[in-house]
Amino acid sequence: MSSLFQFVILLLLITDLIMLWSGRILMLIRLSAVQGALLAALLLLPVNGALDAEHVFLAAAVFALKGVGFPVFLRHVCHKLGIEPMVRPRLGRMYPMVAGLAGLAFSLWLEGRIPAVVDLFPPLLFPVALTTLFCGLILVVGCAKALAQVTGYLVVENGIFILGIPLMTEGSVWFELSILLDVFAAIFVMAIAINHINSAFDSIDVARFRNLRD
Amino acid sequence: MTLALILLVPLLAGLLMFVPGSWPRRGLLALTALTHLLLSALTLRDMLAGARPSALFGLLQPDMLGMVFLLLAATLFTAASFYAVGYLREEDKKHVKRDIQKGQLFTNAPETRFLSCLCFFVTAMTLVTTTANLGALWVGIELTTLASAPLIYFHRHQSSMEATWKYLMICSVGIALALLGNILMSVAFHNPAASSPEGMDQLSAFMEKARGIEGTDRVLWLKAAFIFLLVGYGTKMGLAPLHTWLPDAHSQAPSMVSGMLSGALLNCALLGILRGHQILRAAGLGDFSGKLLVFFGLLSMITAAVFIVGQGHYKRLLAYSSVEHMGILALAFGVGGGALFGGMLHAVCHSLTKCMLFLVAGNILTRYHSLSSYDVRGLRQDMPLSGALWTAGFLAIVGSPPFGLFVSEFTILKGIFANAGLSVAFIYLAALAVIFVGMSIPVLRMAQGTPPHDVPMDYHESLFSVLPPAALCLMVLGLGLCVPTWLTETLNRAAALLGA
Repeated sequence: MSSLFQFVILLLLITDLIMLWSGRILMLIRLSAVQGALLAALLLLPVNGALDAEHVFLAAAVFALKGVGFPVFLRHVCHKLGIEPMVRPRLGRMYPMVAGLAGLAFSLWLEGRIPAVVDLFPPLLFPVALTTLFCGLILVVGCAKALAQVTGYLVVENGIFILGIPLMTEGSVWFELSILLDVFAAIFVMAIAINHINSAFDSIDVARFRNLRD
Repeated sequence: MTLALILLVPLLAGLLMFVPGSWPRRGLLALTALTHLLLSALTLRDMLAGARPSALFGLLQPDMLGMVFLLLAATLFTAASFYAVGYLREEDKKHVKRDIQKGQLFTNAPETRFLSCLCFFVTAMTLVTTTANLGALWVGIELTTLASAPLIYFHRHQSSMEATWKYLMICSVGIALALLGNILMSVAFHNPAASSPEGMDQLSAFMEKARGIEGTDRVLWLKAAFIFLLVGYGTKMGLAPLHTWLPDAHSQAPSMVSGMLSGALLNCALLGILRGHQILRAAGLGDFSGKLLVFFGLLSMITAAVFIVGQGHYKRLLAYSSVEHMGILALAFGVGGGALFGGMLHAVCHSLTKCMLFLVAGNILTRYHSLSSYDVRGLRQDMPLSGALWTAGFLAIVGSPPFGLFVSEFTILKGIFANAGLSVAFIYLAALAVIFVGMSIPVLRMAQGTPPHDVPMDYHESLFSVLPPAALCLMVLGLGLCVPTWLTETLNRAAALLGA
């Protein structure tokens, strides 16, 4: 079970790095769906205890929302608005990748430095969670397209979610579900905002935002 | 029951707003605000009498710290609701709406959506201020972002869209980092041998556990947790250098929304940071969190001073003033000791004053159709009531006597001298002096002189536009002359939770 867990964690890391290299919005959305499915799989592979009904329920909710719901919704927005398929990275493709690898190196270094909490984090979970978080932030900052920024926000949430997985036995499922509901509402509001951005600016390129400056 | 109603009344009102048909929704908004204020006041009265209310299976268990911010949110919601009645009436009269900056035509968002979002916004703030569960607090703060984003985009033009998007993205990512802070805090207190989870009162449980990890290697996790809480909620609170969304959102939102964002929402984010500070103090790490608060507080004051000097946009001027006052609050709570009471009083006075100033700024904007302080002159003659309130509000916000902010800033200064030393006091005073001069130039330019001849002559100051800010002004003036006994006790008990 543990080696399968590690394999899923490694797959998550690979999706992070492909996302940084990818130049197409639809590819980003597809990879976010893959990440959602992998997160659900992680919940079904508990390394610190037996599988219980709460985990199965949560895994189903995560898969339904992050693996299917959000990607389908974002694809719908993309097609409805007839958005140009390219991400138009502000920093090119090489710099985000270098920054992501630097984030991975930093996370691995940090894991060796911080005091370990006995039996809490399986190997690689902590650095992959932090790297996912960094990659999400790089996407938010580095992409000029609003839809790519939303995908970046989802990746940030995924990174935090990975870090929270070992603690889920302690908390009640309602809190995780309320976070999922919150993220759902956030994506919904952001999608509406993207619709309005497209109407107001004839594009979802946030690099055109130049009205408000000191 | 009263406590549950504080949350449920605005929530139900928000849902009711969607009931189709033509009926007095604005009246329902005002009624909801009054009910919310009354219920909040009754809860505070009970708590002052010694009660410890709890509702919704322990989800709501307010303490005095949260009650101060709840009462402020309720007061500002009431003022904003009555102001909104007049504001929306004026909006109805405008058949052609043009973006002030670019001159493009625009429409307003549907009023139903605006009013319901206002109610949901208050519901989320009520959850934040009354819960003792850090997870629920996080959910509440995230909900405030989602409920207030449509409020900022009420006027549907390019500038407000830009502000809304920045607000949504920056605050959502910031709050996500605060969630990471929550998780790291759970890691710090992780105990596989624990028999049961903490329950709803997570704050007390964490403070209890914090006493047990003092001096162990778990404190590193706790320190990391606080840093993420500070960065995450600090983004929402507008602490420099994370404040970039704030001037845009505050300047583009309708004035009563700006008032609530500045006077109530920023306090909610501050509360998130203070919860972390409480836990770190229990773990014997108060010095660590306090120093970080002092650093970000001073940085915010200096940043605000830089941007206030030469600022021609009067709503952005008020927004940067909010960055300054959030800095003062962070400084006061970081310094501790006597500054804590000053910080609590400052939070009260700043909220009332800033909401009042934004409401008056809305009146000025309606009259002059310009956000530039260079286009507004002769307010004293042209808008006697709003002009007087604008000048009084300026004197109050820069901490002049006899207003409440003078008392609070002076109390904080005494606390700084006692606990933080001369260098901090010097930066604090220097920033206050620069901001005083920087704000006085545009504000007095607007108040004095002869009104321009090219402004429309069909404006009159309605009661709805003048009474809410006037009531807030009287409160701040009253707090400068005498702080009522019940409020002193409330603020003292709130400050005691932070170590006073």
